Amino acid sequence: MRLERRSHVPLYLVILAPLAAVVSALILAAGLIAAAGVNPLMAYGEMLAGALGSKLAVAEMLTRATPLIFTGLAAAVAFQARLWNIGGEGQFFVGALMTAWIGHSLGLPGWIGIPVLMLAGMAAGAALLAGPAYLRLRFGVDEVVTTLLLNFIVILFVGLMVEGPMRDPLAFGWPSSVPVDGDFRLPDLIPRTRLHIGLIFAVVAAGAVWLVLARTVFGAETRAAGLNASAAAFAGISLPRTIMGVALLSGALAGLAGSVEVMGVTAGVTTTMSPGFGYAGIVVAMLAALHPAGVVAAAVFVATVFVGADAMSRATGVPSFIADVIVALCLLTMIVALMFTTYRVRR
Amino acid sequence: MTNVLELRGITKRFGALTANDDVTLTLGEGEILALLGENGAGKTTLMNILFGHYAADAGTVRVFGQDLPPGLPRAAIALGVGMVHQHFTLAGNLTVLDNVMLGSEPLTRARSARGAARAKLMQIADRFGLPVNPEAKISALSVGERQRVEILKALYRDARVLILDEPTAVLARPEAMRLFETLRDMTKEGLSLIFISHKLHEVMAASDRVAVLRGGKMVAERETAQTNPAELAELMVGRKVERPARHDHKIGAPVLVADKVRVEEAGARRLDDVSFTVHAGEILGIVGVSGNGQAALGGLLSGLAHPSAGHLMLEGADIGHLGPRGMIRAGAGRVPEDRHAEGVVGELSLWENAVLERLRTPEFSRRGFVRRRAARDYTATLIDRFDIRGAAPDTRTRLLSGGNMQKLILGRVLTNGPRFVLTNQPTRGLDEGAIAAVHAELLAARAEGAAILLISEELEEAVALSDRIQAIVKGRLSQPISANEADPQRLGLMMAGVWKEDGDAA
Repeated sequence: MRLERRSHVPLYLVILAPLAAVVSALILAAGLIAAAGVNPLMAYGEMLAGALGSKLAVAEMLTRATPLIFTGLAAAVAFQARLWNIGGEGQFFVGALMTAWIGHSLGLPGWIGIPVLMLAGMAAGAALLAGPAYLRLRFGVDEVVTTLLLNFIVILFVGLMVEGPMRDPLAFGWPSSVPVDGDFRLPDLIPRTRLHIGLIFAVVAAGAVWLVLARTVFGAETRAAGLNASAAAFAGISLPRTIMGVALLSGALAGLAGSVEVMGVTAGVTTTMSPGFGYAGIVVAMLAALHPAGVVAAAVFVATVFVGADAMSRATGVPSFIADVIVALCLLTMIVALMFTTYRVRR
Repeated sequence: MTNVLELRGITKRFGALTANDDVTLTLGEGEILALLGENGAGKTTLMNILFGHYAADAGTVRVFGQDLPPGLPRAAIALGVGMVHQHFTLAGNLTVLDNVMLGSEPLTRARSARGAARAKLMQIADRFGLPVNPEAKISALSVGERQRVEILKALYRDARVLILDEPTAVLARPEAMRLFETLRDMTKEGLSLIFISHKLHEVMAASDRVAVLRGGKMVAERETAQTNPAELAELMVGRKVERPARHDHKIGAPVLVADKVRVEEAGARRLDDVSFTVHAGEILGIVGVSGNGQAALGGLLSGLAHPSAGHLMLEGADIGHLGPRGMIRAGAGRVPEDRHAEGVVGELSLWENAVLERLRTPEFSRRGFVRRRAARDYTATLIDRFDIRGAAPDTRTRLLSGGNMQKLILGRVLTNGPRFVLTNQPTRGLDEGAIAAVHAELLAARAEGAAILLISEELEEAVALSDRIQAIVKGRLSQPISANEADPQRLGLMMAGVWKEDGDAA
């Protein structure tokens, strides 16, 4: 048996690969659910019902999908240029923190303040990734290590801020930062749910990222640099400029995720406000094969797992950590599925 | 002469492609058989069937009178078939002896018999005239030495039939000649050899018999002594192919001038005060044994390396410190040594590669957006004008054959109206038809007045195309000689570093 490279990857395989990966991950996770003494089919039924069974459930699921679209885009953009940004989680938090900090006392009307706060969150996220990108370009420091470790530093810093300088005195001792001003809360998309217009921002962002990658000179240079850095450099594309541009864009998108989450959902920052949006964004990007449109679909799937797992846990007693297991398994099965889209097996 | 090897009626299909079509081939004891054919003619597939990497769809393989079970390399090794792959399969962090022993010992044995293995290796090396230091690390060896280790690896497993896939693809000319001398000596020790090649001169020089494959079919067999390069070329390509000839014409003013240029890399001098001048309408050939500074010269002239002393002037302007983009803007066209690594981004489409160097020019972008239609139209004209076959603007570039890929790169460079063109090993790995096409394009650019610098390890090519030739040895350049005065002896001396410092060469 040997692997042979396909000369052409048909479209149906591109679409089939993530679906096959998801199905395989669910089958593998079913083993764990069964080990917990629950019928997997029943558990998955509860999961679907919990995420998609009612208007409220769907709204909650889409609320979760919103930051995942942003962090998924952040990872997709970076990975296209082979910049391995594992720091989406940290960038999410600095974006959130910056938004809460400025948004608590910003004396501007909402319609102008909200864009300003979004830009502030983006700037914070971009700045956080600019450091590792610079170290990689200047000294060849592996950005996987630096971005990953920065996540822990940032979360500890957030803890410091919400216990100290930014502590909300009205939170009854709950470690939360001061909230953003009421003028800067994003309007609801569906009344009496948590779903806010940030979802529309996220979908627009996906469209914008697609436009940048597929149609602009910067996008073409990014893809060339990611696919073959020496050929790109030979053709006169500046690798440092391209990598730095990609880092700023990727960091800004992850920072925007935090900013929108604060303005749309939590108002203040807590260290527990993200169930791993940054890390899940990596899975979202991989399931999407780094395509912006796919990111939206993959984010909806991962949000379904996250929200549905809570409902499943309440109904069946399977720990809701199964959501993390399923999402992580998806990453592994997707990597295998991608291999089968690039290669065919021959005897 | 008894046959040590018989392939009968071998057929192998990959999907719709028939890689081997009813091929029959025999090898006599002590014989050197050359398997000649263009890229994609089915040579490597046939040898992989013989060695057991592939199972044939039809046909039989007999080695020393015994049928070889299909698809079992282990069985082929046991019967005494050894294969030396074009791309070496050595572990760079291990020693020569480790590599030779690798896979020949049972995993279950607790202690490895290094002493005995070492003795056997030294005895083989001595008997076949392949000197080697068993304790040297592979990563410290030259390409030629690594190939020697590959051969020793096969002989260590008691190979009596040796298959070499394009053995000279990675070797410089003198190394290649030495290899063939060694192989000839080895046949006196009872070895039989098949080597795969698409180079006519080495087939003529080194084989007893030639088998020609074309389109998966065996089209001819000749005794080497009773054929000639022209006949073989025609058999191989299926039609008459002639490389275009250079005609003397008037040379123009100096375009590119290097004045005592030094290039350093990691503290070592890669180019040592080299001076040369390329005139309009002239091809200056740089010949030399691989690894003597060609890479640094290529890097300098593509804008990837910069002089630490001296000046590089293009039509009077110092371009030594421009990067690739600045060089292109200044009117330099560059064809890299390695098409796949530096020439194209294989996963991108033809049109994206065609405009890659000029993405930021108004011709192909407006307000930061790529002008896709303009780029596609331009690529369509390139495909047409440079005869790039089997491709449309949206085809993925890695699907192109080497020759068509090279035509794409040449087209991208030449349609930009360059004053100066660097071409580094422009025909490496190409088949006859593609070589002729590339040569014709270079000569056409010369006729239009471009100044061309040709770095080549193929002496025939350098002599045929160049107006003047300089040799590169250890980062230094000889004085130029006229190509009309160049004969193999003189070039050989120049490439060995024998020339007078001032005045005329050699």
